[in-house]
Amino acid sequence: MNQRRSRFQIHGWLLLMPAAIFLIAFTYYPTLATLAKSFFSQGNAIKPSRFVGLENYEFLITDEVFWKVVGNNVIYAATTIPISIALALLMAVWVNGRLPMKSLVRMSFFTPTVLPMIAVANIWLFFYSPDIGLIDQITSSFGIASHNWLGDPDTVLGCIIVITIWKEAGFFMIFYLAALQTLSPELEEAARLEGASRWYYFRRVMFPLLMPTTLFVLINAIINSFKLVDQLFILTKGGPDNASSLLLYYIYEVAFSFLDQAYASTLTVVLLLALAIIAIGQFVFLDKKVHYR
Amino acid sequence: MSAIELCGITKRWGDTVAVRDVSFKVEQGTFAVLLGPSGCGKSTSLRMIAGLEDISDGQLLIGDVDMTTAQPAERKLSMVFQSYALFPHLDVRENILFGLKIRKIPAAEQEIRLTRVAELVGLSALLERKPAQLSGGQRQRVALARAFIAENPICLMDEPLSNLDAKLRHEMRIEIRALQQRLQTTVVYVTHDQAEAMSMADKVILIREGQIEQEGTPDELYNKPATTFVAAFVGTPPMNLIDPKKMGQIPALTDTSDGSPILGVRPENITLVTEGGLESELLSADYLGADTIITARIGQEELLIRAAGRVNVLKPRPARIRWQKEDVHFFDRNSGKRTDRTKAVDF
Repeated sequence: MNQRRSRFQIHGWLLLMPAAIFLIAFTYYPTLATLAKSFFSQGNAIKPSRFVGLENYEFLITDEVFWKVVGNNVIYAATTIPISIALALLMAVWVNGRLPMKSLVRMSFFTPTVLPMIAVANIWLFFYSPDIGLIDQITSSFGIASHNWLGDPDTVLGCIIVITIWKEAGFFMIFYLAALQTLSPELEEAARLEGASRWYYFRRVMFPLLMPTTLFVLINAIINSFKLVDQLFILTKGGPDNASSLLLYYIYEVAFSFLDQAYASTLTVVLLLALAIIAIGQFVFLDKKVHYR
Repeated sequence: MSAIELCGITKRWGDTVAVRDVSFKVEQGTFAVLLGPSGCGKSTSLRMIAGLEDISDGQLLIGDVDMTTAQPAERKLSMVFQSYALFPHLDVRENILFGLKIRKIPAAEQEIRLTRVAELVGLSALLERKPAQLSGGQRQRVALARAFIAENPICLMDEPLSNLDAKLRHEMRIEIRALQQRLQTTVVYVTHDQAEAMSMADKVILIREGQIEQEGTPDELYNKPATTFVAAFVGTPPMNLIDPKKMGQIPALTDTSDGSPILGVRPENITLVTEGGLESELLSADYLGADTIITARIGQEELLIRAAGRVNVLKPRPARIRWQKEDVHFFDRNSGKRTDRTKAVDF
């Protein structure tokens, strides 16, 4: 009996192994290694790496660039997430209705998602260029002076935010569109017979029924706000004066430009912690408010 | 004053005509059934009354007021949908009160009406449940409660029982009818099930290919079908429609032979006899418990016979059958319309 049970267990573990190997090799081991590395100093040929305890974390607290970058990322997340989700919902409701050339409109909303971020960044680089860029050409025809959009610390983050919203909204729209099409049209008809306005129907029926989609999209949007930094490589490299740098881009710079992998590990641990707290919070607090069918 | 009056209502989608020049009246407090096979335009007609579908041509009067282009909410009517259209994220209470909250009825009155309606349909114990936690019959009751709480004079029902099993369907049929009579609501009810129509309706409007085939009480449709289509659609099993010319050598069934009409006899009006009548061959029997449906053949024509109790037809055998002349209907061979010129004779 005992033998049979242990055979069962071996069988089970063998079935789990392929997935487990990948998870351990590419997720758990790197995470733990990063955590370990954050307690050591950066070694080089002369000075080998040594255990420094929380020294890296102490430095982090006093690191002005880190706080600047965190601030940027909070602004970036707080604007891109709600605006792109709201836009996505609006576009989905619009293209879900009766509309001439519906598929053309749907496709054009979705196109930004299909394009690689690097290509998108190059397109927008042309829009934002001072004097010769599309925006300046249009504004100059109204007699407005040209502006170096990406060179001005006051406008650069806004420019990055606009690109991200433009790219993400179409992607999220697809999820909302799919969810909207599972809603029975009879629900709307029943509401219309009761005299519900379109807004009332949206507020009391459609939006609550879309909550599972909203939660999914929200999680994606938050993750993206921390991990989508491709455009920075093309457009600004985090500048000017870190005005457009985001946390992940800063980690990349520290690790591969300044070659301080120990401090980069410390930053990574902070990023992971922040994401973990957000994820737990979402599932604990929002899950209760979501109606799943 | 009629509760609802349709005058030459037509519905077109591009080149296809779903409903063609339909006119009928439904009196206050009447249970009217729109009956017909799938795709005949009965649901479209109902949706035009509700205002969920635009009317291409014609005029719609509700309580003598022209409502042809009015918004659904202005028409003061409730509707029960085939899928019930309950809001899955709201509990039973909120589902039922949905319309009252939109119209901002005072909370105290909402409660009074809710208690009354919930009691009426037997949902009082289930008000906190979500639709997913209810059985099909209970969901149906929620949909009815939501329709009746509005206290509108008119209630439209679009195949409300088609998602229920046979036993429950029968129970709900009785319940809906009882509710309608108690509340004196005017009901327009769409179904393709003729048994439902026969048992519930004060008035049946039989629709075929977007046009009214016959309009009348269940009795009239059953006893005086206007066309062969009505004759074949109403009653289970349907009326036998036979061509006397194809029955071979038989005694005269009619007083004349001019026009040679189609002859209709209901299976329940044919009896097996030991002598006299017509000679036939019994082919098979379908035992249903209380009675047996027998398939018989005379010449080239097959007909169905409903016989009480159990009749065995293990292999084809000859038998004599007969019917009374009062039970015979005649229809014009070409138009399919009822004709009373020809008279049946006993044989």
